[in-house]
Amino acid sequence: MSHAAAAEHAQGGHHTSMGLDSRKMAFWAFIGSECLLFATLISTYLIYKGKSLEGPFPPQILNIPFTSFSTFDLLMSSLWMVLALAAVQRNDMKWAKIWLMGTAIGGLIFLGGQVWEFSHFVEHGLTLQKNLFGTTFFVLTGTHGAHVAVGVLWLLTLWWRAMQGKLTSKNAMTVEITGLYWHFVDVIWIIIFTVVYLIQ
Amino acid sequence: MHRHHRLIQRLLPGLLAVLAACAGPFPQTTLAPKSDLGFAIDHLFTGIFGWAVGVFVVVEGLLLFALIRFRARPGAPAPKPTHGHTALEITWTLAPVLILVMVAVPTIRTIFQTQAPAPAGALKVEVIGHQWWWEFRYPDLGVVTANELHLPVSRTVGLDLTSGDVIHSFWVPAIAAKRDVVPGHVNHIVFTPDTVGMYLGQCAEFCGDSHANMRTRVFVESDSAFNAWVADQKSPPVEPAPNSLAATGKSDFQHGACIACHTIEGVSKGVIGPNLTHLASRTTIAGATYPDDSLDLALWVNHAPQRKPGSVMMDMDLKPADLQAIVAYLMSLK
Amino acid sequence: MSEPTGLKSWLTTVDHKRIGKLYFWTAFCFFLVGGVEALLIRSQLAQPNGHLVDARTYNELFTMHGTTMIFLALMPLSVAFFNFIVPLQIGARDVAFPRLNAFSYWVFLLGGLFMNASWFVGPLFHAGRLSVAPNGGWFGYANLTERQYSIGPNIDFWLLGLQILGVSSLAGGFNFIITILNLRAPGMRMMRLPVFSWMTLVTSFLLITAFPVITVALAFLMFDRNFGTHFYQVAAGGDPVLWQHLFWLFGHPEVYILILPAMGVVSEVLPTFSGKPLFGYTVVVYSGILIAFMGWGVWSHHMFSVGLGPIADAVFSSTTMLIAIPTGVKIFNWIATLWGGQIRFDTPLLFAVGFIAMFIIGGLSGVSHASPPADLQQTDTYYVVAHIHYVLFGGTVLGLFAGMYYWWPKMTGRILNETLGKVHFWLMLIGMNVAFFPMHFIGLLGMPRRVYTYSPDLGVSTLNLVSTAGAFLIAVAMLVFIWNVFRTRSTGKVAGDNPWHGATLEWAMSSPPPVYNFAQIPTVHSRLPLWNEPDSVKQKPPTGPIHVPGGSWWPMVAALGLPLMATSLVAHALWLVFVGAAILIFGIYRWGFEPFEV
Repeated sequence: MSHAAAAEHAQGGHHTSMGLDSRKMAFWAFIGSECLLFATLISTYLIYKGKSLEGPFPPQILNIPFTSFSTFDLLMSSLWMVLALAAVQRNDMKWAKIWLMGTAIGGLIFLGGQVWEFSHFVEHGLTLQKNLFGTTFFVLTGTHGAHVAVGVLWLLTLWWRAMQGKLTSKNAMTVEITGLYWHFVDVIWIIIFTVVYLIQ
Repeated sequence: MHRHHRLIQRLLPGLLAVLAACAGPFPQTTLAPKSDLGFAIDHLFTGIFGWAVGVFVVVEGLLLFALIRFRARPGAPAPKPTHGHTALEITWTLAPVLILVMVAVPTIRTIFQTQAPAPAGALKVEVIGHQWWWEFRYPDLGVVTANELHLPVSRTVGLDLTSGDVIHSFWVPAIAAKRDVVPGHVNHIVFTPDTVGMYLGQCAEFCGDSHANMRTRVFVESDSAFNAWVADQKSPPVEPAPNSLAATGKSDFQHGACIACHTIEGVSKGVIGPNLTHLASRTTIAGATYPDDSLDLALWVNHAPQRKPGSVMMDMDLKPADLQAIVAYLMSLK
Repeated sequence: MSEPTGLKSWLTTVDHKRIGKLYFWTAFCFFLVGGVEALLIRSQLAQPNGHLVDARTYNELFTMHGTTMIFLALMPLSVAFFNFIVPLQIGARDVAFPRLNAFSYWVFLLGGLFMNASWFVGPLFHAGRLSVAPNGGWFGYANLTERQYSIGPNIDFWLLGLQILGVSSLAGGFNFIITILNLRAPGMRMMRLPVFSWMTLVTSFLLITAFPVITVALAFLMFDRNFGTHFYQVAAGGDPVLWQHLFWLFGHPEVYILILPAMGVVSEVLPTFSGKPLFGYTVVVYSGILIAFMGWGVWSHHMFSVGLGPIADAVFSSTTMLIAIPTGVKIFNWIATLWGGQIRFDTPLLFAVGFIAMFIIGGLSGVSHASPPADLQQTDTYYVVAHIHYVLFGGTVLGLFAGMYYWWPKMTGRILNETLGKVHFWLMLIGMNVAFFPMHFIGLLGMPRRVYTYSPDLGVSTLNLVSTAGAFLIAVAMLVFIWNVFRTRSTGKVAGDNPWHGATLEWAMSSPPPVYNFAQIPTVHSRLPLWNEPDSVKQKPPTGPIHVPGGSWWPMVAALGLPLMATSLVAHALWLVFVGAAILIFGIYRWGFEPFEV
């Protein structure tokens, strides 16, 4: 490994042994860790699937068309995120702000959809306490939702920094890492959507 | 020489005490099996222990030898900077594999042998763990009792184990090994006790305040003794003589708090605590922790939480006369 | 370049060497706390039907002894060495994320204080006693730990404390992975990395993968206890055994987290004091990696009495026996390192050899546990207590003491007294064998574990008394060590750069190192730079200023948010969760936007 070449992508201009930015590496390690977190939650959901002693049961409650729309919204927001990163990398802060805000709004729409969906479930008798389905469903999707909320906060922070003129192409790595987080949260949702909603 | 003599003199009492500790008796030991299950496990463990001792002697011996042989000597040449040796690595990887195979094969054989389902005709006993006592039900014989299990010698027993509250573990080392009792699950132990005797056991899964006080006694007896016991347990409870202290006790029992938790056939129907119909036929009380005699019963009835921390049964705080009557009644329930 | 002094400099430090010291002293104090808990336990069990402590207190004692020793003593002691030594060994000036490092420490300290506060806050909960310390065992099995069977806040203190500590461990894990992968000196290829740094890397991977599992398991328990969910509740169709699966999925990698660092220490000490390189470096490294992977496949060997069925039992028995192989291979390579050497019996070497001798015993009793039918007589008895203490005390503790004696000169500039060190070693070795060897017998003779008393009829009274004597002998050994530490501060022999003639980079600079570690980052061409190329790695005085990051308050501020959030749950004060979260977020934001150059 040529040390001169390694210096190119290094953290803050410092040389790194693997030639990768330390912050990006750390974030990938974090994503690995988060995979185990969600794997445990999803496994628990699957273990208890079909074991509720009383209803409501998934087919009675889950609204696939509605949730497909939220899923589509989240997928679209990942696209806006890609566009935001590209804009920051070419120092186009006007479009960076637009796409960053767009991504955040996509996340907010998703969260709004979750809130609407969940209050609808509660009205129909499905609560955290009602049965195993309620217990596992709300904790799994709630954890994911919390991750989306953190992401929205993160995106809005970046947007605000951009508004202050403090975000430039020099911070592209930060935006790239934000994107990694956002895409990860999106991928987890695809898995949850498939496992919980589509495969019943 | 003189110094060593004095040293031994000082150490001797301690040494003797430790050796005395090895003399026994050990009524809850795992090392004196008295059933096919106990024997199969002991046989397996002996084999593994043999290998372990062998490995211990060889490896610790090599370590010790290296330490003595290669201690630094002034003026000795610098050690050869050996980095490794492939053949050696392969050897000391394969050797443990071979030893482990010698452990694994009998292990797997024994697993399947000891977890086979109960054969037809086995004596069926349901074991239900509670905080902090054992409930025993013989569904085919119509017997319900607590804490003390009676079994006929040389007949296969199939225990079906579950819990009424938290996870406990039923452990009777000499005959039944150990199996957890888990709420919502039914576990099984299948075994054939081969020697008449009394065997001690104890809960082996931490289950709260009085985990240490959740014990059991198993009486393995001859067929005739067992059948006599069964007949006795199925019989209706002893009626106290009219106007006796026990009769007063029975009346107090029927009108007191006891009926909320305990069953005495024909008298009360509580299911929170043990069935007391033939309490006086047992040798122990309170999770087989105290002897079944008047003094201990009196202490138990009036001050259960002190005798058994966390006890669900509260202080009855009966006046001495009432206490005597209740105890007399309970002691009459043979 | 002079280092700042004073309280503020310590509270805001981001220097891995200072953070290492903070970890060390905090962990050492918790080790003493755990030791006192052990002495109380052993005093209670010295006689049958003992009444030194009541049943409830006893259950709190053994719960906190286990929890404290594992999470507040042994793990952080290892982290102390990760912190101080790894950047030096790899030729770096600090870890990859110095403020995250500080954050890990403060969260650890606050988590430990939060959990131990429970000993004194009983009156605040109308408990009728001083203590509401955790009392469900360090393993907290459901459904005993559900609200129905554990009414007070004890278990909440336990699960919240562990969640806080989990954050610390995760943060540390990420930090050390990136540090070791990305901040190595030129020429320091992975297969030239000192074994201690390798084991740090492997342990860090285990940390970041195992802790998420227990985080979820604990969250489930928290929800069951406080928000009416049914993860472990039978009445709703849940299964308490789910807890055991999740806990041990974490729990087994956890024991490798506990032992691998100590194995790393032994792998450093033996070559230094034998005067020859580690035998089979590659095999030792790969064995460590293999153990970490295989450690994920054995968890249900902690559940052989649960009734999983013969097939599950057979599978986990086999995987457990397999993992004995790389472990044994390491032991053979260590013996081969000593073989043909010129062994110097200084205290670090004594402890490293003690580790090997005791770990062999613990490993062999472990093999007997690997056989489910045999294990049915051993599990949940004092036989297991013997096993765990041979591997954790005879293993990890002795290994960590080897590290302490070995690296004390580098960390403090003074060498611990040799005579006192030898006295400490022998007292501790004898003490631990007197304390724990009888437990093999006590267990096989029928005494279960986690019992506050036992019947004199069992015939184990004398053995228990002997075991208690051993525990107190260990305590005496600890006093000798403490005395040694105290004396050495003022009268200890001053250490040069490389008092033991070690081979790895931490011995290339002064003892203690300058704040910037290396005036010149060396380029290495071997695994043993101080033996093979000493002149090229020798440090000369710096030719100009060397940038060292300044301190920061924000890691500590952010860390404060966590125990506040935890307190809100036990105090049933919702507003406190928002205050805590606000402090956490505020701290993180200030940390994120603070100008900070590594």
